[in-house]
Amino acid sequence: MALLPVKFDLKKRVKLAQTVWFMYWFAVLAGVLVLSMGLFFKIELRKRSELMDNNESHFLPNLLILMGLIACSINVFGGKVCYDSLDPDKFAKWKPMLKTYLVFCVGFNALLLVTAVLCFLMRIPMQFTLAEGLRNGMRYYKDTDTPGRCYMKRTLDLMQIEFRCCGNDNYRDWFEIQWVSNRYLDFSSKEVKDRIGSNVDGQYLMDGVPFSCCNPSSPRPCIQAQMTNNTAHYSYDHYTEDLNVWKRGCRDALLSYYGGMMNTIGALVILVTMLEASVTVGMQYVHSSLCNLANPEDPESESEGWLLEKTVKETFTDIMDKMKSMGKGIKVEEGDPAVETVS
Amino acid sequence: MLLKITFTQQRRVRLAQGLWLMSWLAVMSGAFIFCLGVYLKTELLRRAEVMDNTEIHMVPNILMMVGLVSIGTNWVATRVCQDSLDASRFPRWKLLLMAWFAVAMLLCCLLLAVVVLSYALQGRLEESLKVGLRNGIRFYKDTDVPGRCFQKETIDRLQMEFRCCGNNNFKDWFEVQWVSNRYLDFTSKDVKDRIRSNVDGRYLLDGVPFSCCNPASPRPCLQYHLTDNSAHYSYDYQAEELNLYSRGCRQALTDYYMEMMNSTGPGVLSVILIQMSVLVSLRYLQTAVEGATALEDPEGESVGYLLEKGVKETFEDVKANVLDILKFAQVDPSAAEGSPGAEDAEKPADNTTEKRWEGGGCVSAFFCFGCVSWVVASRAPFGF
Repeated sequence: MALLPVKFDLKKRVKLAQTVWFMYWFAVLAGVLVLSMGLFFKIELRKRSELMDNNESHFLPNLLILMGLIACSINVFGGKVCYDSLDPDKFAKWKPMLKTYLVFCVGFNALLLVTAVLCFLMRIPMQFTLAEGLRNGMRYYKDTDTPGRCYMKRTLDLMQIEFRCCGNDNYRDWFEIQWVSNRYLDFSSKEVKDRIGSNVDGQYLMDGVPFSCCNPSSPRPCIQAQMTNNTAHYSYDHYTEDLNVWKRGCRDALLSYYGGMMNTIGALVILVTMLEASVTVGMQYVHSSLCNLANPEDPESESEGWLLEKTVKETFTDIMDKMKSMGKGIKVEEGDPAVETVS
Repeated sequence: MLLKITFTQQRRVRLAQGLWLMSWLAVMSGAFIFCLGVYLKTELLRRAEVMDNTEIHMVPNILMMVGLVSIGTNWVATRVCQDSLDASRFPRWKLLLMAWFAVAMLLCCLLLAVVVLSYALQGRLEESLKVGLRNGIRFYKDTDVPGRCFQKETIDRLQMEFRCCGNNNFKDWFEVQWVSNRYLDFTSKDVKDRIRSNVDGRYLLDGVPFSCCNPASPRPCLQYHLTDNSAHYSYDYQAEELNLYSRGCRQALTDYYMEMMNSTGPGVLSVILIQMSVLVSLRYLQTAVEGATALEDPEGESVGYLLEKGVKETFEDVKANVLDILKFAQVDPSAAEGSPGAEDAEKPADNTTEKRWEGGGCVSAFFCFGCVSWVVASRAPFGF
């Protein structure tokens, strides 16, 4: 008893083949879309690889690119087969390959689904990469004279301006590191000597932030230095001051940016998986309907198409039996010399 | 006859087909011009807060109008092409074609005017930006005054996005009080000194807002006491280049808009070319088909031309027709009183109606071109 059988006459077969051919072209475009999304994601990661300590994992965009390429190629092949299916001579040369092709398609669809799930899960390792990278970035902010790190200041400043964020978790992260280079500190002044003496590592720590943390929406000109000292500025209370600097941490901002991108890509990959599944089903019907002509000599006769030749349970037991027999076959081969020697 | 070409039936058919395709191409280029106008207008409107007047909006407005009219005109051309090979349907387009030529010439002239205008209006744009930015900087501190409370945010974002500071350069900020009185401690000595140091009693300082800071500087940004070398360690005001943005916002914005308009120049010129070729081809098609229908054998050869007589003679004809039209208009009110006189006057008028259309079309085209040139000349700065 076949699964979901459908009766086909010539007209229905032709219509099915045309529809599936049309859908295959959409599937090719979908493959191109997946490829371009993988490329876009890769470029975005490269753009900010400095902030992630050049440590970010390119596994997901590479996988997307690979999936896109495979999808394009199998869909072009499927489209060609569909186009030829209306001509019995041409179809005869494709017939033997179709079964393996369909099994491969099913496997590919499962892999696409796994990719989509991965897109949603990638957020977690990215969180750790970003935290580490930003912390190091902030540490190297002052090293504008060290080769290899001289652009860190500019990168961080531009990032804080673009993503409207300050520091790793919030602006107080800047209070804990020295972000003013020693080249610009007057070591003979009392104030500098006090600050350096006030901590174990001899770092010049201050309760101030770089200018890129400033919020343009603030009604007041930006207060960057002596932020915790209420008396240093007129009519200023640093507990109630909301709009002066960006409140958000850059790790959160970058994570939501990349997270949003990955969610969109994941949703699109799920849609592409559904499209691929439907063309695979269509192809299976085309294949089965053309293989079971009521009168093999007459291409215009009626036929029956199905999803699976037997029911799901029977197909499953069939596959299990096949695998067992393959396994036994290997065992018998190994045991043959032993059998001979015994006898 | 000016530039005549003989057309066989096959050549006429080929011309009609080629022209049909080219007309659809012209429709799409009209849509392209419209989109270009919309894009330019959106970009100008985004920064409307720092512009004083809207004269520069003439360029995108003309582009949008020309785009829309060009879509309609070229669509009409496709219909004419389709009907041109059908002898029964072509004659109804006769009168409309004269008006069509006039409109097409006008569109080409307007597009040329746009290209010229986009260069000519640069001076006006700079003036407008100068005044707009000066006001923006003056009202920077008024974040509590309704109507001006967003100036600070606008100017800050503008300076950060275009990497510029002040109107001409960062020193413009030294001449304006950009810190609101709400945040000044009037009991402190420093504030009292600064307020007394100038006639208007303003709190002026040699400092700039944070949005002038250049992220590419190796040193954390120095915003205050910029002219005082001793206020900062290892600092020389004259030698410091990267600390703040050195460009003025007026220059930055003018460069941005000029670059945008210059890059659209080649596109507009190619659209003019397409429109002119459609115009010339349609004229040839019209004259060839009319010639063919006048022959005994409609499938035989006919002659297509641009102008029936030479340029000078056509001009004389047009002048005569224009004077006729004016006389006809003058005669008309008095003709209503004397009907026999009116009948006599109308009869010769009927024969020359078609010539009047032709003349009227040419006249209106020249008139409009003259108008546009006058507009351009009056708007351009004196040195142009």
